[in-house]
Amino acid sequence: MTQHLIILPVVLPLVAGIVLLYRRLGRLSQTKRLISVVTTVLLLPISAALVMQASSGDVTYYALGSWQPPFGIVLVLDRLSALMLLVTAILAVGSVVYACGGDDEKGSNFHGLFQWQLMGLNGAFLTGDLFNLFVFFEVLLLASYALLLHGGGKAKIQASVHYVVLNIAGSSLFLIAAGVLYGATGTLNMADMAERIAQLPAEREGLVTAGALLLLVVFGLKAAMLPLYFWLPRTYGYAPAPVAALFAIMTKVGIYAILRVYMLMFSDHAGALAALEQPWVWWLALATLVMASMGVLAARDLRLLVAYLILVSVGTLLAGIGMRSPEAVSALLYYLIHTTLVTGGLFLLAAMIGTQRGKAGTRLAKGRPMAEGGGLALLFFIGAIAVAGLPPLSGALGKALLLNAAEGSQRLWLWPLLLLSGLAALVALSRAGSTMFWASHRGTPGGDPLPRPQWVGVIWLVAAAPILLMLFAGPVSDYTHATAEQLANPEALIETLLPATGDAP
Amino acid sequence: MEALYAISTGTLTACGLYLTLRGRTFPVVVGLTLLSYAVNLFLFSMGNLTTHGAAIVNGTGDYADPLPQALVLTAIVIGFAMTAFVVILAMRARSEMGNDHVDGKKDDHE
Repeated sequence: MTQHLIILPVVLPLVAGIVLLYRRLGRLSQTKRLISVVTTVLLLPISAALVMQASSGDVTYYALGSWQPPFGIVLVLDRLSALMLLVTAILAVGSVVYACGGDDEKGSNFHGLFQWQLMGLNGAFLTGDLFNLFVFFEVLLLASYALLLHGGGKAKIQASVHYVVLNIAGSSLFLIAAGVLYGATGTLNMADMAERIAQLPAEREGLVTAGALLLLVVFGLKAAMLPLYFWLPRTYGYAPAPVAALFAIMTKVGIYAILRVYMLMFSDHAGALAALEQPWVWWLALATLVMASMGVLAARDLRLLVAYLILVSVGTLLAGIGMRSPEAVSALLYYLIHTTLVTGGLFLLAAMIGTQRGKAGTRLAKGRPMAEGGGLALLFFIGAIAVAGLPPLSGALGKALLLNAAEGSQRLWLWPLLLLSGLAALVALSRAGSTMFWASHRGTPGGDPLPRPQWVGVIWLVAAAPILLMLFAGPVSDYTHATAEQLANPEALIETLLPATGDAP
Repeated sequence: MEALYAISTGTLTACGLYLTLRGRTFPVVVGLTLLSYAVNLFLFSMGNLTTHGAAIVNGTGDYADPLPQALVLTAIVIGFAMTAFVVILAMRARSEMGNDHVDGKKDDHE
């Protein structure tokens, strides 16, 4: 049984999604909600068990159909993928519970699509095969296209035209890159590819470089790296709240893919090709940080503001990848857990504030006082402090670890930019908060009471990161540190997957 | 044959890219379709071009690499689904926005 645990995070949402399509369940029935919530909550213990399994440092893999690597498709579980699964599960529980507060009734098949999106995400985190990564990317993208349109409306359609066209073009690039790498190395299994790149004949180096950098473009598009991020603010700003919250992990899929592919395949053993992405990622990350900070200051709408905060976090995380040292990777993983959960929570919170304010919505302008302003303001305060990276909450710790990991001339660039981006976030968020909660018109507070599931979902997400990362800061940072060590030494993973080729360097 | 193959893939890519950069949704959809054709052709060539190879490994002689064929099949299916989706999306956008510009705004110059 335990060896099949690895595939459960993929199969469970798939089955639930199919069951949820069954028409007799009724379009809006409570049964659908129950199935969807139970499935999502079940992912929590499963991924927690996988984290426990991975935390020993062993790499385990699941060969589909018992076709052994490098020939068959494998799912690989190491510390990094287990961690990503757990973060996804925590985030998904918050947003699916929130959706049960009424957002799922605005269109059809919300829960089914939500489950398939989870399946794509979990699959992308688990797969050990480059082409399979493409397939899972497509699964999660196709579900995200439909989820983005959930509820309809002009703004959503316009934003999704850009999003869909860009991502289809990105998928073409992914296929070309996978084709080039297969042509040059003759394998698609990532561990096997790492081996073959280490022994690559010199005349193929150009080909592999081209393929690898094309992959960086694709992952950069997913992660919203600088020249490729323009789709993000509008898409995330107009997406339905629970979907936007789940999308908080989508940029991290790009980050994960960059970490996985380049740390494994272009490690120190790759000879001349080692760390070929580093200069690109480092400088583009810093530029992303600058542009995102400006966006944060310029945003005139709370949801756009949160979308730009996601970009700030992407810049920060990419800077961690750009430094490439185990300390930096450990710090970025710590920061990743925090930022994913908090920005997800802020998207939910922004939507709740928008409903309470009636006509003013999420625009940063004077509106009517809110009937439930007190609770919302408290949550906004906690979320803002966490996301801006102020002590005593988890964001500060993550940023401090990252700043500490910078060495030499990297400090000169990273310290001012990261600290200024925090300042920009702080200024923008305090301005937003005071406009929305204090500078309201006189008059009686308005707004219908918000549904209880929405409160549960948003409190879950806003509280999860501080609780998880403050109370368990020691174990979590030990875990991220071990993860970074494991990533820096990919031999163990390669050895597990391809035991016969032990003679390799 | 390599030259012919490369030229046709390149032409398809160039046309697809040009059309994808157009301002209206219909050319964009056609462009994306051409791009995916080009990608499929490209994937076929990634196992190196061989002729007169056996389709199934028969133990003797050279055989065709089966992996690119499997990948192309997957890519075709996914590409087809994506194209269907983007066509519907373009029609939805046309009816909601009242025009077929990708930005949803009428171009003043036309």
